[in-house]
Amino acid sequence: MSEHFRSRIDLEFTVNGEAVELTVPAGRHLIDVLRLDLELTGSHAGCEHGVCGACTVLVDGQTVRGCLTLAAQLDGAEIWTVEGLTESGAIADLQAAFVERNALQCGYCTPGMLASAKTLVESGSVPSREAIREHMSGNYCRCTGYEAIVDAIETVARTRAGVEARVEAKVR
Amino acid sequence: MTIRFEDPNRPNSYIGRTVPRPNAGKLVAGRGRYVDDIVLPRMVHVAFVRSPHPHARIGAIETGAALAEKGVLKVFTGKDLAEICTPWEGKLAHLQGMKTPPQHPLAVERACWVGEPVVAVVGRTRAEAEAGAALVEIDFEPLPAVTDIRTALDKGTPVLHEALGDNLCFRKSNEAGEVDRVFAEAPRVVEATFKTARHTGVTLEPRVIITDWNGADGQLTAHVSNQAPHMLQVLLAGHLDIPESRVHVICGDVGGSFGLKVHVYPDEVATAAIAKIMGRPVKFASDRVEAFTSDIHARDHEATGRIALDENGMILGFDVDDWTGIGPYSIYPRTSAVEGLQVTNLIGGPYAFDHYRCRTSVVFQNKGICAQYRAVGHPVAVAITEGLVDKAAAEMGIDPIEIRRRNLIADDDYPKTTAAGLKLEGLSHHKSLDSLIEAMDYEGLRAEQKDLREKGVHRGIGIASFIELTNPSPFMYGIGGARISAQDGCTVRMDPDGSVVALTGVTEQGQGTEAIMAQIVAEAVGVSPDLVRVVTGDTRVTPFGGGTWASRGAGIGGEAALQAGRAVRQQALEVAAAMLQAKAGDLDVRDGIIVDARSGEERLTLAEVGRIVYFRGDTLPKGLPRELMQTRHFITSDYPYAFTNGVQASYVEVDTDTGFVKLLKHWCVEDCGRIINPLLVDEQIRGGIVQGIGAALFEEVCYDASGQMLNGTMADYLVPMSAEMPDMVIRHVETPTAESALGAKGAGEAGTAGAPAAIMNAINDAIRPLGGTVTHMPFTPERILRALGTITD
Ligand code: FES
Ligand code: FES
Repeated sequence: MSEHFRSRIDLEFTVNGEAVELTVPAGRHLIDVLRLDLELTGSHAGCEHGVCGACTVLVDGQTVRGCLTLAAQLDGAEIWTVEGLTESGAIADLQAAFVERNALQCGYCTPGMLASAKTLVESGSVPSREAIREHMSGNYCRCTGYEAIVDAIETVARTRAGVEARVEAKVR
Repeated sequence: MTIRFEDPNRPNSYIGRTVPRPNAGKLVAGRGRYVDDIVLPRMVHVAFVRSPHPHARIGAIETGAALAEKGVLKVFTGKDLAEICTPWEGKLAHLQGMKTPPQHPLAVERACWVGEPVVAVVGRTRAEAEAGAALVEIDFEPLPAVTDIRTALDKGTPVLHEALGDNLCFRKSNEAGEVDRVFAEAPRVVEATFKTARHTGVTLEPRVIITDWNGADGQLTAHVSNQAPHMLQVLLAGHLDIPESRVHVICGDVGGSFGLKVHVYPDEVATAAIAKIMGRPVKFASDRVEAFTSDIHARDHEATGRIALDENGMILGFDVDDWTGIGPYSIYPRTSAVEGLQVTNLIGGPYAFDHYRCRTSVVFQNKGICAQYRAVGHPVAVAITEGLVDKAAAEMGIDPIEIRRRNLIADDDYPKTTAAGLKLEGLSHHKSLDSLIEAMDYEGLRAEQKDLREKGVHRGIGIASFIELTNPSPFMYGIGGARISAQDGCTVRMDPDGSVVALTGVTEQGQGTEAIMAQIVAEAVGVSPDLVRVVTGDTRVTPFGGGTWASRGAGIGGEAALQAGRAVRQQALEVAAAMLQAKAGDLDVRDGIIVDARSGEERLTLAEVGRIVYFRGDTLPKGLPRELMQTRHFITSDYPYAFTNGVQASYVEVDTDTGFVKLLKHWCVEDCGRIINPLLVDEQIRGGIVQGIGAALFEEVCYDASGQMLNGTMADYLVPMSAEMPDMVIRHVETPTAESALGAKGAGEAGTAGAPAAIMNAINDAIRPLGGTVTHMPFTPERILRALGTITD
């Protein structure tokens, strides 16, 4: 291991709306920064290989794999994890729909699922079930068989679109 | 007093309703507490050096460089740990002739599979432990490996464990009737070979354990992602020479289990041994590559099967020769013979016939250890049975539904003992089949299939009936000497505010244990489910129990909860009767209020009973029993197992150019007895079906002929993802078991049991007219194109 690789780096970014200053090993990945350095254990590691989606979080509004994102890429970034999304209420409807529809069993995949689902339901349109399945296909779930997850997301997308449509109608 | 389940308007009618899971809210908020989330003071991390060889003698071990690495604290070899930890043998006394050698937490003389832990390196952080592990040098002398199943017993094949004499772990034949005569004389005999690939559980949360030895108390605490805390308590105590009472196992949130987390793993025992040596908390968190090589594998069966029928398509008998390779050791303590054993019991399970033979040969190989994984043996037996039934139907020109109608055991023919010797209390194959046909519009689908066939679109319909073993009695493990509890217990306690706590020996891994326990106890006591808090997974706190496996949680743990809840209700009524100067028998508890049973007039709240009992006991008659805390245990005794039944159907489209299978829709009608929470049961079945779909289409742990694993990552071992999965229609028939007041049987494994066969039959229904069939799972595009003759090399 070279000295260069061992070296630590200083970071400033925001997590869940709070400013964070950290010094971490340069090789650190985002998922470890969250779980080990910031004790945000809501995000999980399932494969550490970019495949399972358990580590999915939002960086600057986009879903990223926490296990593939290096800490060095985070300077100045705005990061949201399930803890902050819960607190802000941004995904309260998704969370309620997941509970109502039993779209989780062990719950290990759920924070990543919610992050992925968030970007889909925010688009404002109502995606088809196929589109939901396609969008969510980077998030592995061993427990549910996916149908309940698709149902929950579809419900939220419809409700949100309905609300927006009504708002639009009022504006018109 | 019995519960009038047939009356949905009865008071406190929570059993049978969809009630949200009390623990789901914290999980969607990221507030779960899985073992890897736990950090203890002074905690260190262990990483394992694993064998890169399928079979090798272990020579000198050079640990100097590892110990010199920054942050590395200790290095342990197999010999080191053997000094404080006794080896184990995964054997059961009732499985006659079974052999398996002693297994240590770290390999001592030989490494017997790729991934076997050989050296443990302890570091301040996981990264430091892993860096240290990379510096350990082991002098391996490679030995010949055994990998093929069918030739494992041949003379020319090396013997994996010399002391055992040969590579046979276990062999059992189950025979009834006159198989040879019947098959010689039968008007129709149909034969096929089947393979179910080697799978692994791929729980999204890999295995993880933290063990902490507190020398001052002489106590070991283990936080572990596991399904059977009391079993682990007893076994860790035994092998590490600690009194059972001084081992405390805690299973908090578990990120999926499916049987994978019900076993004793060498690396986890090593972690406990190391904690005992170092006197501080040690964490082992498996990574995904370790998961593929060291988690249990399952299935890996090859079978030749025959079915004999008369000229009317009535089944006369089955004759199956099943072979399975289980790796180098039988799993501890459940043994690796049970999957094969289940096959010998379950072939032909749904059908009425008299002549039966099924032999299983369980052989050792230099691959990962195979063991119990969701639906143990069932997917294998159902695929063989239903593959043969469909092949016979096709050859005889009988519709697949019709041949099943003719042969399924009649719904009024119970109790019945099958030719294989299974005692069946009551099943509903015909009712379930009727419901399936209606749900899927079988005739309509057949018409659509025919139309599309003319347009060159090849669709297929596959049916699979099955039975499923649930609610096991001690006949499964206890009689074999394993300290695995088949009974389970529940303590129900009413607190001063009238709320209730239920402590149960069954565990939660996402099935919804906490929800159904809350529902059952709520109905039993007479309070709303949100007033019931459920505690699971702590050996210090809950009654001694078996945990959650073999679809036993609802049927066994649920009945204990019902009885304990009713005992608390009765006690509360006795106290209330004393307070009201009434008779307990004239009172009832409804929604937290003591009422006059006949008029429904409200008399007193449970909270008032609680206040008097806990704070003003002086006002009650001296000597009046007032224990608002009751424990009940339950064990099944009339039947060794409560069998359930079901039938699944799959509708697929096969692209005959590419070999790809598109899953269009899936149906399942299931009879798990009394349903406690319909939504949870449905989602158990859906999740199970998708695991079965994985088995049929994607999943296979691949080894080369030398025993090297070829696909140890999630990019290479394919699992079902949302895009390819179908929507699934789930329906139910309810035939409650009379063994318990609750009447519940298990539901967690049915989906996995039947789905692979349904999909196999659907694919074959699609491609049979083109001249091919497939019976070797998974049905990859390549295998389908080979069956079609498109690929021939
Ligand atoms: S842990 Fe990042 S994708 Fe699996
Ligand atoms: S709920 Fe367990 S992995 Fe999705």
